[in-house]
Formats: sequence, C-alpha cells, structure tokens
Amino acid sequence: MDTLRVLIVDDEDDFRETIVKRLKVRKVLAEGVASGIDALKVLETQDFDVIVLDVKMPKMDGIETLRHIKKLKPEIEVIMLTGHASVEFGIKGMQLGAFDYVMKPAPLNELLDTINQAYNKKRGLPH
Amino acid sequence: MNQRNYTKLWWRNCLAIIGLSVFPLLFVTIALYTLFDGIYTDKVTESLKRTAENRRDAIDLFFNERVAQLYTIANTNTFATLTEETFLKTIFEVMHTKSNSFMDIGVIDDEGNHRAYVGPYYSMLKEVNYKNEAWFSATKANGIYISDIFMGFRKVPHFIIAVMVREKNTSWILRVTINLKNIYDILQNDLVGEGSDAFIVNLNNALMTQPRIGGNYLEKPKYPDFSSTSTTNATRRVFEGQDSFYASTKISSTKWVVVIKEDPDEILLPFQTGKYWMMFFTIFGLAIIVIGAILFTNGLINRIRKTDQEDASKSDMLVQANKMIALSKMAAGIAHEVNNPLASIAEVAGWMKDLLAEEDIAANKNFAELDESVDKIEQQVARARKIIHNLLGFARRMEPAKEKININALLDETTGFLDNGARYMNINIEKHYAEDVPIITSDLSQIQQVVLNLLNNAIDAIDHDGTVTVSTRYHEKTGEVEISVADTGKGIPESNLSKIFDPFFTTKEVGKGTGLGLSISYTIIEKLGGRISVESKEGEGTVFTILLPKN
Repeated sequence: MDTLRVLIVDDEDDFRETIVKRLKVRKVLAEGVASGIDALKVLETQDFDVIVLDVKMPKMDGIETLRHIKKLKPEIEVIMLTGHASVEFGIKGMQLGAFDYVMKPAPLNELLDTINQAYNKKRGLPH
Repeated sequence: MNQRNYTKLWWRNCLAIIGLSVFPLLFVTIALYTLFDGIYTDKVTESLKRTAENRRDAIDLFFNERVAQLYTIANTNTFATLTEETFLKTIFEVMHTKSNSFMDIGVIDDEGNHRAYVGPYYSMLKEVNYKNEAWFSATKANGIYISDIFMGFRKVPHFIIAVMVREKNTSWILRVTINLKNIYDILQNDLVGEGSDAFIVNLNNALMTQPRIGGNYLEKPKYPDFSSTSTTNATRRVFEGQDSFYASTKISSTKWVVVIKEDPDEILLPFQTGKYWMMFFTIFGLAIIVIGAILFTNGLINRIRKTDQEDASKSDMLVQANKMIALSKMAAGIAHEVNNPLASIAEVAGWMKDLLAEEDIAANKNFAELDESVDKIEQQVARARKIIHNLLGFARRMEPAKEKININALLDETTGFLDNGARYMNINIEKHYAEDVPIITSDLSQIQQVVLNLLNNAIDAIDHDGTVTVSTRYHEKTGEVEISVADTGKGIPESNLSKIFDPFFTTKEVGKGTGLGLSISYTIIEKLGGRISVESKEGEGTVFTILLPKN
C-alpha cells in the first residue's frame, strides 16, 4: 500500500507544525508550508495525494491557491480548512473542485477521516 | 426625544376649540337677541299705540253719539215743553231705556236759571243759577260743550254735555251729566294684564277717570305726565322705580289724553319665554361644544400619544438594530481571531496526548496529572469552541430558508422536546393556540431554535413549580402571527430589560449561559422579518412575544 502523502498549507505555524507531527505519528507522510505561494512551489517538485488548505492566508488566500492547484495538478484532492466565519469559502472551494471542507478547530480524527475519504476518492475507491 | 407635555397640549387644544366655537355662538346669540329685542319692542309699542287709538276712537264715538242725541232732543223740542218737568222726565226715561249713559238732564235759561231738572240731585240743583259757571259761558260761546270733570254744585266729580238752542230772540241750554262708568268701561275694556292700566287726563294732567291702581278724579295720576300729548305715541319709561310701556293719544272732541299702561314683564312674556329658550339653547350649545371639544381632544391626544409611543419604540428598535449590526461585526471579528489560536491550542494538546500515549511514561509519578491536565485543556478548548460557534451563529449572515410552516404544529413539536424535563420540575406547559393562525412562509428550524431558546429560558426562570404558557394569535390587519411564551418565573429587573437582547448579557452563573441565546434569537427573528419583544414584572413573570410576517 502506498503511503498517503498530505500537504498542510496554513500560516499558523504552531497549528501547522503540530498537525504535521500528529499526522506523521499516524503514518501519514505529511509536510507543511506556510503560504499558498510556497505550496505551489513545493508542488513543482513533489507530488501529494491530498492537500489541506487554509482559506484565510495573507497574500494568496485559499481559494486563489485552490484555483492554481486545480490548474496545475487537477488529480490532487483538496480539503478546505475554514473558520466558522468563513464556511461560505469552504462551500465555494467545493464548487471550485475541493473535496470537502473542515471547520477549525476540528478534532484530528475528523480531519484524518476526511483526508482518508479524499485519498480513497483519488484512488477510485469508495469514499 | 423630548417628552411632550400632554396635559398642556390637551388644555391648549381644548381651549382653542372651545374659544373658536363659543365666540361665534355667543356672537350669533347676542346678535339675534338684540334683533329680536328691537323687533319685539317695536311690535309691542305699535300694538299699544293701536290699543290707545282704539280706546280714543271709542270714546270719541261715544261723545259724538251723546252730543248728537242731545242735539236732536234740544232741537226737536221747545224750551216751553222741556221745562215741563213731567215731559222732561218722559224724555229722560226714553233716553235712559236705551242706554244708561246719562245721570241727569236739566234745562237752563239764558240767565243761568235751572228751569227744569230730572235726576238724583233734584233738591240740591233745582234752584241754582249757573250764570257764573265756566261751562255756562263756554256753552254760550261754542254752542256745544263737553266739560272736564268738575265738582259743581253737587260737590261730586262729574262732567256734562251741554247744547245751546236759539229760540226766537232768546237762547237756552240743555245739559246732561254723563255716567262716569261708561267712560271707565270703554277705557278699561279688555285690559287683561295685572299690570295693565288705562286712564284719561285733561290738559292740566288731572285725572278724568280713575286708574286701576287708584288716584281720584282731578288728582294728578301716579304715572308720568302725558297731558301735552298731541299725536299718538308709545314709550317705555321708568317712573318711580317702575318700568312700564305707555301709549298716549289725544281725544279730539274733549282734548283729553288717553293713556294706556302695560307692564313689560307681561307684555314681553312671549319674548321672555323666547329669551329663556334662547338661553337654554345657548347653554345647551355651549355644553355640546365643551363636551365635543373634550372628546375630540381626548381622541386627538391619545392618537398623538400613541404615535409618539410608536415613534419612540421605532427609534428604540432602530437603536437596537444598529447596536446589533455593530456587535455582530465585532463578534465575528473576535470569533475569527480567537479561532486560530484555539485551533493551535487544540492541536498542541492533541499532540501532547499523542506523545503521552506513545511514551511509556505511565509509570511516571506525574503521568496521571499530565494526562488529566491535557484532558482539561481539551475540554476547555471544546467549551471555547462552542462559545465561538454560538457567537458566529449570532453574527453569521445567513440566508433564511423559505418553507411552509404550521406554527401551532411547530410549537407542539418544540414543547414536546421539553415536556419530560418540565414535568420533572413540576412545570406545567399550557398551550393557547388561536385556530385562525395561517400557514406562514419562513425558516422552520430557525424559528424552532428561537422558540426552544425561549422555552428553556422560561423553564430556567421558573426553576420549579410554575406554568409556561405558549400562545398564538393572528393579527389579521397586519398579517402577522404572534407567538408568545409567558412564564410565572422570577421576572427580569427593569434595569436589565433593555440589555436582555445584547450579546453576552447573562444573569446565569458563570459557565452556565453564554449570554448569546436571546441575541441570537433576536437576530434570527429580525432576519425573518419579524420582531421580538419582552415584557416583565419582577416576581410575576416574563412574556416574550414574537411577531412573524405571514410571508
């Protein structure tokens, strides 16, 4: 079985780094970047199965980043990470091709479930 | 907004109406009164004049007839025959049978000797000589003479008619005394009023008849002096403190003056009655005006008061709405800012749990403490998360759903959720639904959320033993459905009522309420196009009322 590769895109360092650590403990090949621009840069050299994308980021926001990702690598499933105030961005993300959205602060298990579902979808498995 | 002085406004308006209405009414009344007074007085004096003239004419006629009668007797008989006293008596009796106008009759020769007499003063007058009497020379000069009242030889007031006859080269006089009662009767005829009177004076203002009120012949009357009257006239005069109408006219045959006197109180009685009616109608009109003004002003002031109240509540609502907008913006901002660190805390705590699970430090003496502490962090994060969730529920700009809702059924379902809990606390949930509540178009789950919130609050306010009354009403005029939730709880102090819908306002213990329930309810109802209001009395209970538009 291939190892699940996940990219976490969030400008909150503590949040991002901890998530990455916790996913790694759960046998997920996780990496984190702090901005949409960095994410696009990393995607040029590396492949990922699922990207978890925060909608609210400085400079390039989640929706903008999503458009680029979908253009660049349409096969990668994207999960939008939203606050309560920005649910509509999550929904908008889904309209633009994101797999789902998760509201912060979500328990890790919930996030991991969604990541797995997205991964299944990518592999053509039932999700 | 300045509080209007309604009492002052009331008085001003009322007095203005009364003033504006009373002035014309009084003006018209006074004008009519003056006019009628004038017309009626004219009419009265005219009628008085006519009465006086009628009397005058009657007396004139009476004298003319007497004179004619006397003239006829004198000229159809000779001095010789008339001085036969038996013949004279026969003639007198004939005259007397048809009228009792004559008291006596006498024949006087050229020298003034009383040659024949028939009448009651026979012994007194038989031998007298009239040569030096005023009437004797006047008759000789004029041929016919009607005297004033005088005493004469008989020393009794009387007056005479005398006719001089020329026979051959001498002359003689036939003289009669007129019964005073005849003149009196003509004069007093038909005087009905108690204050009415009629009398005759001669040119010297001496009484020729006895007035009703007394006064003897030849005395001055107890009335003003009308002896100089030449043409008929009527006046109103106050004489010796008595206000009266007088009409006077001159009798041509005697130069006497007929005076008619009437009491104004009697003669003006119809006018007085009219005056009282006028007064009555004026007072009645004034009363109507005053009552009308009061009723009208009451209505007006109530309407103004109501409008003012509506304005005030509208402006209160506007202030509240603006406060809500500002607060919801702030709440959204805070929620978002707090959300990110909270997410980090949650993750870090999660990571610590991961680590605690991974490392075999269960044996460490602090393991239990650490594990418990991390649990507590997670619990508090969950709590904060819930608060933020609520806060955003309050702040979120949501698009309400549009679905058909049976409000009564919705309330049944919602109260059903709480029935068990309420029963356990001995709280009775009563329902008073109006049957004409129409199906409305709104957002079912949001209304349910609000109602549930209100019911929970009501139950909390009662704590135990009490009644929650849920009722509905349909306001057909405004097309609004009213839902009210009333409790018999402890009520809300007045100082808190204005803050009740503010976010984070709570009187519950720390940790038990977020203070967001009612502000969320407020926002929801507002978004649905409705209104929510509260009334409360400390110690008696609280009523929350929701008004929802039908569509």
